[in-house]
Order: sequence, then C-alpha cells, then structure tokens
Amino acid sequence: MTQAQLHAHDTSAMASPRRGEAGTQRRSGHIGLGVLKSAGPIVSLLAMILVFASLTPNFVSVANLQAILESAAVPAVVAIGMTFVLVQGSIDLSGEGVASLANILLSILIANSVTANDLGAGAIGVVLATGLAIGALNGTLYAYLRMPSLIVTLAMWLITLGLAALLFPSRQPQILDSGFVGLALHKHLGLSALVYLAVALAFVAFIVERRTKLGRIGFAIGADEALVRLAGVNVNAYKVGAFAICGCLTGLGGILTAAQIGVGNPLAGEGLLFPGIAACVIGGTLLSGGRGGVLHSLVGVLVLVTLRNGLVQTGANPLLQKAIEGMVIVVAVAASTWHLRRKTRVVK
Amino acid sequence: MSALLSLQNISKRFPGVLALDEIDMELREHEVLGLIGQNGSGKSTLMKIIGGLHQPSAGEMRLRGSPVRFGSPLEAARAGIGLVHQEQSLIGNLTVAENLFIDKPTDFSRFGFYRRGRMNDAARIQLDKVELDVAPDTPVDQLTFAQRQMVELAKVLSLEELVEGHLVVLFDEPTSVLTPTEIQALFRQVRRLKMRSSVVFISHRMDEVLAISDRVYVLSDGRNVAERAKGETDPDELYELMVGRQRAGSVLPRNNPPDKSAPKRLAVRDLTVPGKVEDVTFDVASGEIVGLIGVQGSGAEAVCRAIFGVEDSHSGHIEYEGRPVRVSCPSGAVGLGIGYVPAERKAEAMMKGMSVCQNMTVTFGSDYGYGGLLLSKRRERREAANWVERLKIKTPSLDHRIDQLSGGNQQKAVLSKWLLGRSLRLLVLDHPTRGLDPGARADLFNAIRQLAEDGLSIVFVGDTLDEMVTLSDTILVLRDGRLSQRFDDVQTQRPSEEDIVRAMV
Repeated sequence: MTQAQLHAHDTSAMASPRRGEAGTQRRSGHIGLGVLKSAGPIVSLLAMILVFASLTPNFVSVANLQAILESAAVPAVVAIGMTFVLVQGSIDLSGEGVASLANILLSILIANSVTANDLGAGAIGVVLATGLAIGALNGTLYAYLRMPSLIVTLAMWLITLGLAALLFPSRQPQILDSGFVGLALHKHLGLSALVYLAVALAFVAFIVERRTKLGRIGFAIGADEALVRLAGVNVNAYKVGAFAICGCLTGLGGILTAAQIGVGNPLAGEGLLFPGIAACVIGGTLLSGGRGGVLHSLVGVLVLVTLRNGLVQTGANPLLQKAIEGMVIVVAVAASTWHLRRKTRVVK
Repeated sequence: MSALLSLQNISKRFPGVLALDEIDMELREHEVLGLIGQNGSGKSTLMKIIGGLHQPSAGEMRLRGSPVRFGSPLEAARAGIGLVHQEQSLIGNLTVAENLFIDKPTDFSRFGFYRRGRMNDAARIQLDKVELDVAPDTPVDQLTFAQRQMVELAKVLSLEELVEGHLVVLFDEPTSVLTPTEIQALFRQVRRLKMRSSVVFISHRMDEVLAISDRVYVLSDGRNVAERAKGETDPDELYELMVGRQRAGSVLPRNNPPDKSAPKRLAVRDLTVPGKVEDVTFDVASGEIVGLIGVQGSGAEAVCRAIFGVEDSHSGHIEYEGRPVRVSCPSGAVGLGIGYVPAERKAEAMMKGMSVCQNMTVTFGSDYGYGGLLLSKRRERREAANWVERLKIKTPSLDHRIDQLSGGNQQKAVLSKWLLGRSLRLLVLDHPTRGLDPGARADLFNAIRQLAEDGLSIVFVGDTLDEMVTLSDTILVLRDGRLSQRFDDVQTQRPSEEDIVRAMV
C-alpha cells in the first residue's frame, strides 16, 4: 500500500447527519409498513381515538365512525391533490376559490332551480376541466414565468373567488338532478358514494405517486430541483402537471360539496385550505418537498377529522374548540416530524 | 491511434477571471489521459466544458473529427461523453436505479408507468460493473459517500449500452474520497473502459495519475504548460511543472513546541457518540495541534462534531479551560471560543453565492461593530482584508463570490471566518485539505502552524499519514470508535507510518 493510497477515510455518512444510516440496505419503495416513514401520525391518530373513546362511549359507535369517514371524504380529495404540489416543494393556496368556483359552476350547469341548463354528467366534466385548466395556469405562471407559487396561487384564490361571485345568479340555485344529489344521500353499507370515490382516488393517486414518472420525478424535484434540471428532465412540465392534478382534484372537492349541500354557494370552498395543507403536514409531507406522500396525507386528514368530531362528541366548549384544535395540530406535527429532528436540519 | 476528441484554442472567461487561456488538447482512442494542475488551474472548468456544463468563450471542440458544441450535459451524454462529478449529482430520495437512468432515454416506462422490474435488472448490470453490492431499489440517501461515488460512476458507465462507438469518460478527482480498495476497483473499471472508450482522469495524487494514465497534460493558470508520455516522466518532474520552479509545498518547522505543563485548553473524558464513538479520552494543550486519524467508520469525524455540538447526542465529560462544559449546539461552542471547519466545504462550510467578505464576517462581524448591536461595514472589511493578506487568499476582491475561488482559497476564506474571532481558542478542522492541491495544502498548513505558534489549539482529522506527521504535535489513532493508540511529540520523534497504520486497522 503506498502512502498516497492510504488515506484515512472519511465517513461522511457518519459525519453528516443529512445522510441516514450508513450501509443499511433495506428494501423500500414497496407497499408495506415501510410506506409510512414514521409511526408518528398513526400513533397520534390512535392516541386521539383512545382518548375520545374513554371520554364518551358514543365515539366508537358504528354510526359515528361512518360520520367521521363521511366528513373526511372531501378534505381527503383536496389533500391528495395538494400532496402532489407539496412534494415538489411548491404550494397551492388557491383551493378555496377553485372549489367555490367549481361549486357554483356545477350548480348552474346541472339541472337546477335558476338557469335552464341541464348538462347532467357533462356538467361534472366541464367543471373538472375548469379545475384542471386553472391548476395548469397556476403551474405555468409559476414554472415558466418563475413567480413564487405562494403568490401566484394566492392571487388565483382571489380571482376564482371573484369569478364565483360573478357567476352566482340572482337567486341561490337548488340542484334538482336527483342522481347527483344522491351521490351524497344514498348509502351503501352505511357510506355514501363520496367515501368510496375518495378511497378509489387515494388508491389511484398512490399508484401514480409510486409508479409513474410524474410521481417519482415530483419527489426528485422536491429534493433537489437543480440536479433534476441538470439531468435533462423537463422540470417545468412536471410542475404544471402537479398543479393541474391539484386544481382538478380541488374542483372535484367543490363538486362533491355541491352534492352534499344540494345548492350552489359562492363560499362553498371556505375552510378547505387549512385542513388540506395541515393534513399533509400532520401526515409527514414536508412543505420543503421531497418527503411524504398520498398515504401520509390521508392519515393527516383522518387525524384532523377525528379531532373535530371528537371535540363535538365529548361536548368540549364550542368557544374553545378552535383553540384546542390548533393545539392538538401543533402536537401532531411535532410527533410526525420527530424522527427528522437534527441539529443542523433547516426547517422553513 | 486517431484523435477522438480534440480541443483547439479553447478559452473560458468568467467575470473578472480568465479561467482557460487557449487550451489545446487531444484525446486519442483507447487512451487514459491524466490531467494535473493546482487548484484554480482550470482543470475542472475544462472538464465542465467538455461535459456540456459550460460553453467555451472561444475555440473549437471536435468529436470524431466534426465540430461540436454542447448546450447541456444531456447533449454531451447523447454524444457519448459522460462526466463523473466531483460534486455529486445524485438525488437522495430516488432509488439507485432511478438515479442511474434519470438522464437517459430508456424504455422503462409504458404510458408513463414505470416497469420497475426491468429498470432494476438493468441497474443491476451497471452496479455489477462497479462491483457495488447494493439493491437497485435502495434510496440513494441510505448509501455511504463512497457508495454514492460508485453509483455516480455506474451512471456514466451505463452510457456504454446507449451510445454507439467510442465513449469519452471524464473523471474529476474521483479518488479523493475513496478507500484504497475502492480506488483499486475504480482503476480496474478505467482499464476495462479503455476497450471502447477514452478517459480523462484528474487527481491531485501524482502516483495515481502516473499509475493509470498513458499520457499526462499539466495545466497551470489556465494554460497548457506541458505534455508528457507515461514513460518519460516521474512524479517529481510533474510536480515541478505544476507548481513552477519554486519548491512550494514545504511546511515550516515547528519553532516552539506547546507547553504541556500549562493548563489544558480542552480535556475530553469518556466521550461517547451513540453508534460512532466510545469512551474516547484526550487532552489538548494551548497551542497544541492534535491530529485524529482512522479508517472509514473510525469515528474521528464524530469526535470533532461532538466537540462543536453538532452531533445529535453525545455523553461524557468535557472540560474547557479547566471548567466542565456541556456543548449542545454550535452557537454554544462559538460562545466558548471553539470554531469548526466541516469536511464538506461546499455543503456545510461556505455560503455559496455570497461574497468572500460576507462569508468571512458572518460569525464574528459584530465584534467589529458598535456595542454588539450596530455593524460597521468599514471595520469588518478592514479585518477581512487583513486576513486575506495574512493567509494570501487569492481573490479579485473582497466582494468576489466565494464559490468562484479555487478550492484552496475557499478553504482559507472559511478558516478566516473563525480567525476573525478575538475570543477563539480552539479550532476543530474536519478533513481540512480535502480537494486541495499540494501547493494549497502547504499554504494552509503553514497558516495553521503559525496560528498554533500564536497559542491557538487545533484538533484536526487528516486525510493522509503524511499530513499527520507533518502537522501534528500529537497523533491520536481511532479504530472502530475507540482510541487505539497515541503518539506524543510527533515533531521531535516521528513515528513510522507503519506504526500508525498498524494502529488504524
């Protein structure tokens, strides 16, 4: 061995906390326990269920569990869309406006009490396409004109909210299409079509996330966009794709809300943004991108919905409910990111 | 043998710097071409031009006789040119297989869906070439640094199946972070590659370059100063061509050895970092230079990081200037007068994109302000300029971007960040010479030696045995996280390299 060859060797993997355990070669990327990188969110969920169950026996009744799943359906659809944007390290704040616009647009295109339109299922297609187009526009402005996604989508929130108000006719439209309203009303095994739709969507989204270029490159963009660009990947196209998915699913969220309330309401999307983003973060999807995923976000949605439901069931002071919700969210986020804590990790 | 790639009068101008000045180079078929030069001589720039990352300001590049100009690394790759990066280009949260093929047109997806089985099988073939035994679906961030380097190589080798005809493979200092066995595996690859490609190989180690190359080009200040065939030169001549006539590279002798009877600056007792270091005990006197060395996984780096408070947890007893201290974060360490230069300069030690002056004054700039509240740009700059002068940092100005300096000058600027601190008593250096050429290394050593003479205590992790015996007063050898041997008074009684190696393995 010559002197020059004998260098004392670096253990960057050990020296640098960013690099995970050296040499461990466990398989991953397969469906299984390893899918969720941390047990934190699941533990939060189970702990919450235990606490509420011990406070009120009604909490674990079949009827209440069904109610929890019903109220999780729409936030889940929105959070799935949001996940694709967040893993890339971007954000979409336009959700409330897009969902409101989708709600109004649907209520005036489908058989209703105000306008003469009756597009039936076609109305759903038009609204989904509109959501997709708005998302794609968000993505285009962000990726190609290089404007921060935060401000682009914040502006789009206002624009779509304004459009929703503009489209709102003189009287509130009642949706008369019985098949459509039935989506939320008719139950199979005690659950409406909305719940089954959300579950099916989650499955498809999971496959897209793990098995397609769109999903995998999205993670890579979140980890290191510059490297992905240097590898010759058309990063902008993938960004537009993620925002289009998010816009489309948010539009779907607005449609499902219309089925639930049975009327067109220019503020139907109100209150969707916070649970959408909070659910992702609670589930372990980092706002800085590159980590998390659809399943993480679903667990996050269940945490949020269970919390709300439990507070009502246990008869918590309604004036304090928001405050308690906020506090529990802080604890849940801490639990879900605990395994990532490192002295030199940057959190923004 | 005909020329596969030829460069004529290639120049590259960056704002304020002429990085390459009319370079001529010819790469023949089935040839390994060594490229040597000091930091800042333009080797990396030249590689980046050939690899499509930079475009030349002037001159012509011909591949297989016809002129080419690459707008991106992807265009270069399609023409059969692959660059094994000095900085790594792998994406941590993708699998090894995905990384191997991310920049290549493949048929591993159908209707946008990956066919992972196929992709992993294809990846296996590439990984076998570099003798790397990891599962293709392992996420890259679970690999060690050296394993990643091999994946980086496999990524370039996978061009073999995609491109017809001869490849050009560029290696930019591939060996600086590899172990001897890994270097041997790499050399086998390079020799195998010669069958159907030509290789350009950059290294700071003359014996490595001579062992692997058929021909050597020497660069100095962006010019091509010499060309030698393998048989007609030796390391000494190459060294002289590289640094010029003067024998730079010699390190001043130690004048006044540290006074070991004086109170200890640092006393470390039973330091344990879970999974990395166990029960390590040592002292550092004021003005003493303590060198830590060990093979990969010995824990030397973790000792440094624990002293500076960046390891996530450690136990044991640390006394600093006679008082027990608990260092739990870097700002606490800095408050005590401890500075730290991390091993990964590009990722951890400098703020890329900011100026030399901003980098130097980030930690202690406020010491030169008014009452610790208001900063004084003027006094900060004066102090920064003072250290630029003392350490002979080559920079066009204080406002030049730090990442545009050469490696050696970057490292000296990083060092000065700490030297600005009037309260600094102990400096911890983690692989301070990594990526530095011999001239820059000697400069840095002289600066460190001078600081120690002035009373600053130094703890450093070395890269080579030569480095250890040249610089240290005391050498501590670590093995599997434990202290296996110590050598005192190294400057007066040099231990043999064999003895140190025996303690390491």
